[in-house]
Amino acid sequence: MPARSVFEIIGPVMIGPSSSHTAGAVRIGSIARAVLGEDFRRAEITFYGSFAKTYKGHGTDRALVAGLLGMSGDDSRIRDALNIASTLGLEIRFRIAAEGEEFHPNTADIELTGVSGKRVFLRGSSVGGGNVLITRINQYEVSVCAKSPTLMVEHVDRPGVIGRVAGVLGNNGINIAEMRLTGSNREGEKLMVIEMDRAVSDEVLETITGLPDVTAVIRI
Amino acid sequence: MRRKITISELVAAAEQRGCPIWQVVLEREERLQGTERQDIWHKMKEYWMVMKGSLDAGTKPGNRSLSGLVGEEGALLTRYIEKTKPLSGYGSVLAAARAMGVAVVNASQGRIVAAPTAGSCGILPAVLATVAEETGAVEDAVVGALFTAAGVGMVIDEHAGTAGAKSGCQAECGSASCMAAVAAAEMAGGTPRQAANAGALALKNFLGLVCDPVAGLVEIPCVKRNAIGAGVALLAADMALAGIESKIPLDEVIQAMKEIGDAMPASLKETSLAGLAGTPTAREIEKRMNEID
Repeated sequence: MPARSVFEIIGPVMIGPSSSHTAGAVRIGSIARAVLGEDFRRAEITFYGSFAKTYKGHGTDRALVAGLLGMSGDDSRIRDALNIASTLGLEIRFRIAAEGEEFHPNTADIELTGVSGKRVFLRGSSVGGGNVLITRINQYEVSVCAKSPTLMVEHVDRPGVIGRVAGVLGNNGINIAEMRLTGSNREGEKLMVIEMDRAVSDEVLETITGLPDVTAVIRI
Repeated sequence: MRRKITISELVAAAEQRGCPIWQVVLEREERLQGTERQDIWHKMKEYWMVMKGSLDAGTKPGNRSLSGLVGEEGALLTRYIEKTKPLSGYGSVLAAARAMGVAVVNASQGRIVAAPTAGSCGILPAVLATVAEETGAVEDAVVGALFTAAGVGMVIDEHAGTAGAKSGCQAECGSASCMAAVAAAEMAGGTPRQAANAGALALKNFLGLVCDPVAGLVEIPCVKRNAIGAGVALLAADMALAGIESKIPLDEVIQAMKEIGDAMPASLKETSLAGLAGTPTAREIEKRMNEID
């Protein structure tokens, strides 16, 4: 795609060595943090493909942990993220996936355990230029790039739930850009992935969380 | 859909109005973005501050990339010219030292400005800082030069692309060296036509250059290609300022780069399967890297 601005040529300001290994990895980490919704105390990270081959030399491990710690992609502390995590007493383990498990070459699985004992699983790929694609969240196969504010609503598959969620968003003047539904292997359980034109406030988030048949809400 | 611009259009617009290329680029950006000129200028100035920060960080002794494969090349070269009269001229060597320094900052997870990419981020700041010193240019002249470089980069991006994975290193270090040559020639008082010639002379020397990073890292040969990219940009600018013309115009050199990139096998486009990455030494390094725990 042709450059639309001079700042696509001179820029972005970034932390090296490459946007797919730094900015993209930070983004996957920060989405995992949002999915957990609380501070983590334990992280198990599995690298696939070229992430597995070059994660040390590219600092992908540091970038991912920086994202888990809440840093953004241009934070100069990224290279110290592993030390910072260890100072905080966080337990972090890295694993290299066995050959044969093939996804996008720059893919990581993250299993997080929160301070409350809550556990989440996320699989994300860095697809270039700092962009990411999240392909799994807990038991759900998804396709989330989180370029715009995204809400994921886990709910019991009953008539009326989608309408109620959309109603709350509409009443608060939030436009839905895209909505997808995905099921899990457990019967009657579904996930709405809603991309919106702007982010929801804490208040709106709380209202949606309190709706009948809504079991959990994740905001990215 | 917006029409693609060309170098000859940029040059013609600048000549017609008797202004530098950067002014044409700045005004175009203003029109395309609908943003105030001073805001665009201010943002570019901030980017130059980040570039300066990376230049300062780059020549400090003790630098080391995450893998440990590269580190003190910039400092070594700086120390060399403090003691020795360099064969290729003080300015060239200083620019080469600075370019490697910034490239190592990138390889050690430091803060840089992609120009046009992270892998080639050392060339433009190194050349502009050096030319500013040589010509006594003020900071605003450097910010202007960044717009000239960006304009050239946009043309390259629109007609050929700037990704190593798509077109090889010619599109990364080659583009950066070309952008730096045009900006350097203009900063030193060259006409828009001379500046475009400088870009063509620089880029022609990168045509066909493949992207073959050892062990998949942005280190070998990337860091040193930044050094030589800076040197080529300065020499090309000098040649153009002396009145030498590129018989093939820059727009056509860019088109040639695209065709060469398309013909390049995938094994030589950032996949680390062949080229320098496939040499016995590279394989040895790769093996060693995988053993580190």
